[in-house]
Amino acid sequence: MATSTATLPRRSAGARARRGIAPYLYLVPAFFVMAIITFYPLAFQVWMSFHDFGQINFRVRNPVPAEFVGLDNYVRIATSQLQIPNFEFIRLVLFNLWWAFSNVVVHVVIGVFVAVLLNTKGLRFRGFYRAVFILPVVIPPIIVATVWRNMFDPNAGAVNLGLQGIGGFFGISPEHPAFNLDWLRQPNDPISWIPLPLAFFAMITANSWLGWPLNSVVATGALQSIPGELYEAAEMDGANSWQKFKAVTLPFLRPAMLPYAIYGFVITFNLFFLPYFMTQGEPFGRTEILVTQAYRLAAERRLFGVAAAFSVYLFFLLLVVTLITNRMAKATKSYAD
Amino acid sequence: MSVAAPTGVTRRLLELGILRTKPADMERKLPLRRQLVIQAILLLITVTVLFPLVWIFSMALDPRNLARPDGLDLIPPGASLDAFGRVIAQPTSNPISFIELALNSLKVAIGSSVIAVALGITAAYAFSRLKFRGRAWLMIAVLGVLMLPSVATIIPLFIFLNQFRIEFGDLTFNLRNSLVGVTLAVIAGQLPFAIWNLKGYLDTIPRDLEEAAATDGATQNQIFRKVVLPLAIPAIAVTGFLGFLGGWTEYLTVALFVSEVSDWTLSLALNSMVGQFARTTNWSEFAAFAILFAAPVSIVFFVFQRYLVGGLAVGGVKG
Repeated sequence: MATSTATLPRRSAGARARRGIAPYLYLVPAFFVMAIITFYPLAFQVWMSFHDFGQINFRVRNPVPAEFVGLDNYVRIATSQLQIPNFEFIRLVLFNLWWAFSNVVVHVVIGVFVAVLLNTKGLRFRGFYRAVFILPVVIPPIIVATVWRNMFDPNAGAVNLGLQGIGGFFGISPEHPAFNLDWLRQPNDPISWIPLPLAFFAMITANSWLGWPLNSVVATGALQSIPGELYEAAEMDGANSWQKFKAVTLPFLRPAMLPYAIYGFVITFNLFFLPYFMTQGEPFGRTEILVTQAYRLAAERRLFGVAAAFSVYLFFLLLVVTLITNRMAKATKSYAD
Repeated sequence: MSVAAPTGVTRRLLELGILRTKPADMERKLPLRRQLVIQAILLLITVTVLFPLVWIFSMALDPRNLARPDGLDLIPPGASLDAFGRVIAQPTSNPISFIELALNSLKVAIGSSVIAVALGITAAYAFSRLKFRGRAWLMIAVLGVLMLPSVATIIPLFIFLNQFRIEFGDLTFNLRNSLVGVTLAVIAGQLPFAIWNLKGYLDTIPRDLEEAAATDGATQNQIFRKVVLPLAIPAIAVTGFLGFLGGWTEYLTVALFVSEVSDWTLSLALNSMVGQFARTTNWSEFAAFAILFAAPVSIVFFVFQRYLVGGLAVGGVKG
């Protein structure tokens, strides 16, 4: 993309005006605002994380200085010594990582599958399907999360009612326990050897509904860049559909899908809406992720110091995630060009 | 929430024809059996995509004013718009109407997106076109903030904004406990995205016009105002809309900052209509409210998806 300007010989014409103070003047408005409402609060957050900062410490009149506690907040989080029921830091981090990873895998697989189907030559009603499949993307996530919460309601939710309807079709009574699941709060795990609550499966269902269409869009873009001759060549060599997919389609999909999958991982890792509005961390805080837990610490428990330390942990975790995924992206970048 | 990523790929995705509905070529006929199998699979997927939407619409139109649906009537008997009327008048048990909630959401959405884009465009121009010392570091600073979820900055912002109070006798104005404070916090989340998204777009605009203007003796500011700004209008609109969307549905800061019911926004009311505090909420009203809440932004998004999806679906790595 940079090729259009690189060869222009006239660069020195405007270059003189571009030196000096002018560039900074263009940056001042944005950075002045960011300094006040982003960088200062971030620095303050680090300071807070070393203090026992609670409700009383931000009174404006007769303020009480916050007590310095050193690394206490960090230690209490890491050793799960907080005054919150069912809080286990390691479990929370592992669940959060698994949540992001499992979602991205499901989204990419469904997204690519649908994109390949839609890209079939001679397919009818393609425009209709494309229009319908974009619908989950255009609906605000907060609404998606609250609607799915009601969908998974044990008594009046559409999921159980729908299952009862399907069961009734096969002559099974609507009282059957499989059609009356307490999706979001059932305490015992549905599959005994997988330590994940039923609410996780409800959440991944809702998030997949929300997430695969964008993956499909990205995959479609990549698919349409594949020259048709490649398929013809593969056919001449006698390749079947699966072989064609492996030899021709996948190499073209990878450079587009991998960066998007990484981006999706980070977005899902921090996806506040679903755990907060849909499961509200139930059962027993087991579907909580880091961002919802940090928010609850501040908004519900008013443990500002602990929440600040929590955010610092979150920052470093994200940094590690980004560094690893960036390496992965670089390692596969040669595919793209 | 910052829905964010570097762009530039935006353009490329569009060039690749992501949403092109016209089939590439139809010269080869699909065998009927295959056509039917694929149609069946796609139809099944269509059903799963539409199911929640149809359900919400049917609940909203249900005339029986039930607290909870008593069955899966996708086409409710005798549809009516009563639920819409009730939520427009007063969606929750709090004394605030839908219009007032929507106005509050609108204030946050417009205030934050306009300011974020206005501040973002000049910074984006500097990053995209100008050479200066510390450029790389400042860009890393923007990217670093962009990566952070808004939860990570909201707690210190709460305490920071809480320090600004003006008191006149009984009247107290607390910046934190106001929509102005909320808007400031939302801008903090949107500004890095605005800078990055606009920079990505400016990077894709050829510089020929600017070079020509420079040879004609235009100053830096003239080039920016007369050449770059008009060219950037599509990106400004896209970034502005995505920011508007974020402000319109902002929940975190409003819920944490605001305590007066008169400052409630749509997302706060929506949350109070589900979950443990909503035993009394009639689901028809919840459904009608969700539709009214989503419709304005969803329709715009749907119509202009060609331009907007790219902004969301941008890969993390610029090509």
